[in-house]
Amino acid sequence: MDVLTHNWSLYGKGLLGTVELTVFASLLALVLGVIMAGFRVAPVGSLRAFGTVWVTVLRNTPLTLLFFAVLLGLPRFGLALPFNVFAILALGCYTSAFICEAVRSGINTVPVGQGEAARSLGMTFGQTLGAVVLPQAFRTVIPPVGSTLIALAKNSAIAGSFSVVELLGTYKTLNELGYSIIWSFLWIAVGYLIVTLTISALFNVLEKRWGVAR
Amino acid sequence: MKTFPRAAAALLLAALAVLAAACGKPGSPPAKGPRGDELPHYPVQTRFQLPDSPTWQKAKRRGHFAVGVKEDQPYLGERDPASGEYRGFDIEIAKMMSAALGFDPKGIAYKAIASANRETALQNGQIDYYVGTYTINDLRKKQVGFAGPYYRAGQSLLVRKDETDIKGPKDLAGKRVCSAAGSTPYQRIKADHPEAVLVAYDTYSICVDNLLTFQVDAVTTDDAILLGYAAKAPDEMKLVGKPFSEEPYGIGVPLKDPALRFAMDDALEAAEKNGNWKKAYDATLGLSGVPAPKPPRIDRYTVS
Amino acid sequence: MSSTALYDVPGPRTRARHRLYGVAATVVILAVLAWVCYLLYDTGQFEGQKWTPFEYRGIQELLLRGLGNTLKAFAIAAVLSLALGTVLAAGRLSWHRPVRWLCTLLVEFFRAMPVLVMIFFIYVALQAEPLTALVVGLTLYNGSVLAEVFRAGVHSVERGQHEAAYALGMRKTQVMTHVLVPQAVRAMLPTIISQLVVALKDTSLGFLITYEEFLHAGKLIASNLDYDLPFIPVVLVISPIYIGMCMLLSWLATWVGRRQRRNPKVEGEVGPAEPGTLLPGGPQG
Repeated sequence: MDVLTHNWSLYGKGLLGTVELTVFASLLALVLGVIMAGFRVAPVGSLRAFGTVWVTVLRNTPLTLLFFAVLLGLPRFGLALPFNVFAILALGCYTSAFICEAVRSGINTVPVGQGEAARSLGMTFGQTLGAVVLPQAFRTVIPPVGSTLIALAKNSAIAGSFSVVELLGTYKTLNELGYSIIWSFLWIAVGYLIVTLTISALFNVLEKRWGVAR
Repeated sequence: MKTFPRAAAALLLAALAVLAAACGKPGSPPAKGPRGDELPHYPVQTRFQLPDSPTWQKAKRRGHFAVGVKEDQPYLGERDPASGEYRGFDIEIAKMMSAALGFDPKGIAYKAIASANRETALQNGQIDYYVGTYTINDLRKKQVGFAGPYYRAGQSLLVRKDETDIKGPKDLAGKRVCSAAGSTPYQRIKADHPEAVLVAYDTYSICVDNLLTFQVDAVTTDDAILLGYAAKAPDEMKLVGKPFSEEPYGIGVPLKDPALRFAMDDALEAAEKNGNWKKAYDATLGLSGVPAPKPPRIDRYTVS
Repeated sequence: MSSTALYDVPGPRTRARHRLYGVAATVVILAVLAWVCYLLYDTGQFEGQKWTPFEYRGIQELLLRGLGNTLKAFAIAAVLSLALGTVLAAGRLSWHRPVRWLCTLLVEFFRAMPVLVMIFFIYVALQAEPLTALVVGLTLYNGSVLAEVFRAGVHSVERGQHEAAYALGMRKTQVMTHVLVPQAVRAMLPTIISQLVVALKDTSLGFLITYEEFLHAGKLIASNLDYDLPFIPVVLVISPIYIGMCMLLSWLATWVGRRQRRNPKVEGEVGPAEPGTLLPGGPQG
């Protein structure tokens, strides 16, 4: 029990690290994912191909390999950034592939008639996408994006092994200080539950407000 | 999506072709830096008996020792990635002990164990003893037993060759310093130089890699380990400053096995007297250019 | 592409415009690729010295050993996950309330935890061997996800089927094994294989607890000063193999799925297993 009370600041820093990774990587993943989804439905062949390759490769890459390649590989090109920036980059790119697929299937659920109506009103491709299709797709996309982001929060644990300060990594310090390992892990587990439950609650609210009644 | 399997198969085939190029050269790529081919030979004490030691009894039934070592420390404990062979001073000490306790060193089952997991491995019997830059200290003496010390190292700093700012531990403020998680050097920097930014990995080889790619500014640990790395890439890295600690290296044994510990103390003393210790040093760590020091005095402590 | 809501079948002028965009986009993409290649070349990644290690049989064998260990962990974890998934799904469909509650609790807990936390817990706190820790961690997580897939699969079989079976006087076990499961398995197969892709990808977590798998072998070569730190070459060799293996398995899932959509015997489809959606208060909860 005292593991937590004696090490508030350590746990706090770890939890903050995990939250930071989750938030920034989520933003990156959402932006990249939507762009890639746009590519994948674009009328331009080479963009479609690029989007498909991006998604296929990243979805089939083990995240540990991606972390390994990004955190130890990119510095070789003279890119010296803080470790957590690299971690955000790896997590964000990886998750963007899953976001892209969620958004794309959301776009595909919008009835064809909606687009036809928009075009017959004289809307351009950009207007159709931005004002008609995406707002509708957004609603069906909320639940899958939510679970993808929960998966992202859980995946952020890998960063701890690449010298990024985050929740799982705190066990090492606690172990050195001689605290009970079982209790340390229990509190780490609670920390992850807090993060994932928060995301899940957030998306619950989103879905209640904007979701499609099913 | 029809191209999917073809793309996947092509990727696999291309990569496997690189790997399985049937005309692979035998063996492993040549190692850099000096390499001692003349390793000393240790006669096996076939009639040796140690009935008081449960670890020894277990090894007797198994027929060989299981020894924990490091795999990424040039000239101390290094594994050739390709052949799987272990080389280095620590490995020689491990062989010496095995021979003195009646087991052929050729039969040793080596196990690479990271610094953070040494106590665990000894406590749960994964290994019989551990030889791998294992510093003796009072905290660890509560968890494991130590035979020796067999070597005295000291903490030092490894930097890039062109580094001019860092001359000693006092210049570390705001610098990124890398060490192995859970190691003594890591804890010392944390306690004595809190202004340094600490970076931790499981192994030193990633630290050295980070140093060369400008992700960290210095690697700190025992001079013996750093010397090995510097000797492998003398144009890129150098050691700076004087050692700022004393690190007596011991052989880790299970806590509840004093019989094994004292038997190893005897064996070490004998090896230091008959010259095997110096021979082992010269064939390994000595290749980095530092002549053999006087071996430290064996500490036969008793647990109260 | 005519079935999306986004655009009509393009006319001649639009096609010409799209071609123009296509050329521009292709140029940009090729430029980026060329820049990456130049960077690789400029930092000396194509120098022979960094690639020579791969010529030696010892290194090749090291990589193949690593690959073997990866596949071994995957095979054991896959079999055990399927077994655990079956047990947990049976538990969740049980008529005894305590059993149902216990299994629900287990499934929800293991799905909510990061796999890596479980693997580290087993490795550090329970002091297991790396392979055991990896396999048990993967099994607990994937088994729980598969349990949900199995349950959804059994529920997806049309109601009339089990009503008819009970009406014939079959016992619950008989209904399950003779009527529901055989039909459910067909619908579930693509999803099960997709989940196995996740398991295969996650075997690389073993790298973090020093299990000597494929990535570990790569790291040994990449961080070796004797070979001039051939990090990029190692990544260029091992990632196509990893990605290729996962792609083949993913493709198998799509292929099975497509075959079954044409098969009239299979009704309905089980959606993909969403990691962690069934958290209390979760989007689908």
